[in-house]
Amino acid sequence: MITSSYTLSVNGRRHEIDDSWIGESLLYVLRERAGLPGAKGACEQGECGSCTVVIDGRAVCSCLVMAASVTDSEITTVEGLGPDGALSDVQRAFLDEGGVQCGFCTPGFIVAVHHLLERDPQPSDHDVREALSGNICRCTGYGRILEAVHNVVRRRNS
Amino acid sequence: MSVATPRDLAELRAFRGEHPESTLLAGGTDLMVEINLHGRRPNHVVSLGGIAELRRWTVVGERLRIGSMVPWAEMELGDLARLAPALAEAARTVGSPQIRAAGTLGGNLGTCSPAGDGLPVLAALEATIEIDGPDGARSTSFADFMTGVKRNSLRTGEYVVAVDLPIVDGWQGYAKVGTRNAMVIATASVCLVRDSRNGTLAVALGAVGPTIIRCHDAERFLVERHDLRDSTPPNDELVSEFGRLIAGASRPIDDHRSSADYRRHAVGVLARRLLERSYP
Repeated sequence: MITSSYTLSVNGRRHEIDDSWIGESLLYVLRERAGLPGAKGACEQGECGSCTVVIDGRAVCSCLVMAASVTDSEITTVEGLGPDGALSDVQRAFLDEGGVQCGFCTPGFIVAVHHLLERDPQPSDHDVREALSGNICRCTGYGRILEAVHNVVRRRNS
Repeated sequence: MSVATPRDLAELRAFRGEHPESTLLAGGTDLMVEINLHGRRPNHVVSLGGIAELRRWTVVGERLRIGSMVPWAEMELGDLARLAPALAEAARTVGSPQIRAAGTLGGNLGTCSPAGDGLPVLAALEATIEIDGPDGARSTSFADFMTGVKRNSLRTGEYVVAVDLPIVDGWQGYAKVGTRNAMVIATASVCLVRDSRNGTLAVALGAVGPTIIRCHDAERFLVERHDLRDSTPPNDELVSEFGRLIAGASRPIDDHRSSADYRRHAVGVLARRLLERSYP
């Protein structure tokens, strides 16, 4: 039974969380206590996907995860995707294709795309749309985001 | 406040014995919204996410047993979807991929919202709910489980372990309407199961009453006038009277999501459509 301090494993690193309120969401803990502000908070009710992270191989909204309940899990955030702080191929493609405008939704999309391509290296357009249906972008109109994903798929398979 | 993460059912039972009033955390898609946005501050929380036994599903004879922590994502496709097609259709309408990766059937039962997408399916399939707790295991029908809006018959300290469903020889489907096509809470929903071996029919309505509503009158009306084992669909006259009886069985209210009139109309249309789809 945890009452205030616990350890999270994020991007392969242990983070000691001390003196926290135990009911905090994983989103809040990542941003405010673990120094990982990549996941973004917008709706805090699982509607927007801006806070998407991968927990034990499942892409979920970190705003709907109680941080203290995932002490035995492996958590991957957008910060853990590129090699040694460099951009991943997905991040590069989003920039090249203009899939980033205001950028607020981008980390959630990047995590969702990496998660999709890990399970399915050659997704159809329908598969991509389905996999990204939980991520909302109010700037791009999605066309450039979809194009970025298809470019990554083409490059990885060529 | 404290958070407990039991590793197995024995640890869970022991914890619930010590803290019977503790709050259960399943997929978090309801509870965390209440904590984040509505100021809910539970005293003790028990997370069910680390209990492997609750994440399994199995086939036993002609029945399917689904652990309470199996996520929607696992019901959407694959073997589980073939065995329980209506449950798969309901699962696909839940939230977004992220929500379906987290949310569970057990969470739907714990929350017991009349709009819970899995619940009309459990009502139509006459699911048995397997319950455990400090005073031992028991099981109950879904009809006796859900007692009102966000109310169920779980006693203090108890929790849902699994749901037990028949594997039906025939057709089953789920349909819902909301204010948009995806990522939406049901305004009205219907599950229809046509058992073509036994010639029986079951229809259950969601979001149009305080509990899930079974439409026994409409079911009886059709069974008495048409042989449902037959591959010919009932005639238009029977179908439209069936739709009227379904609408009449609903007990909807006006609220921020829809009007009672629209909901009453919608369940009649959805039930007719499902009946027609049951003759592919």
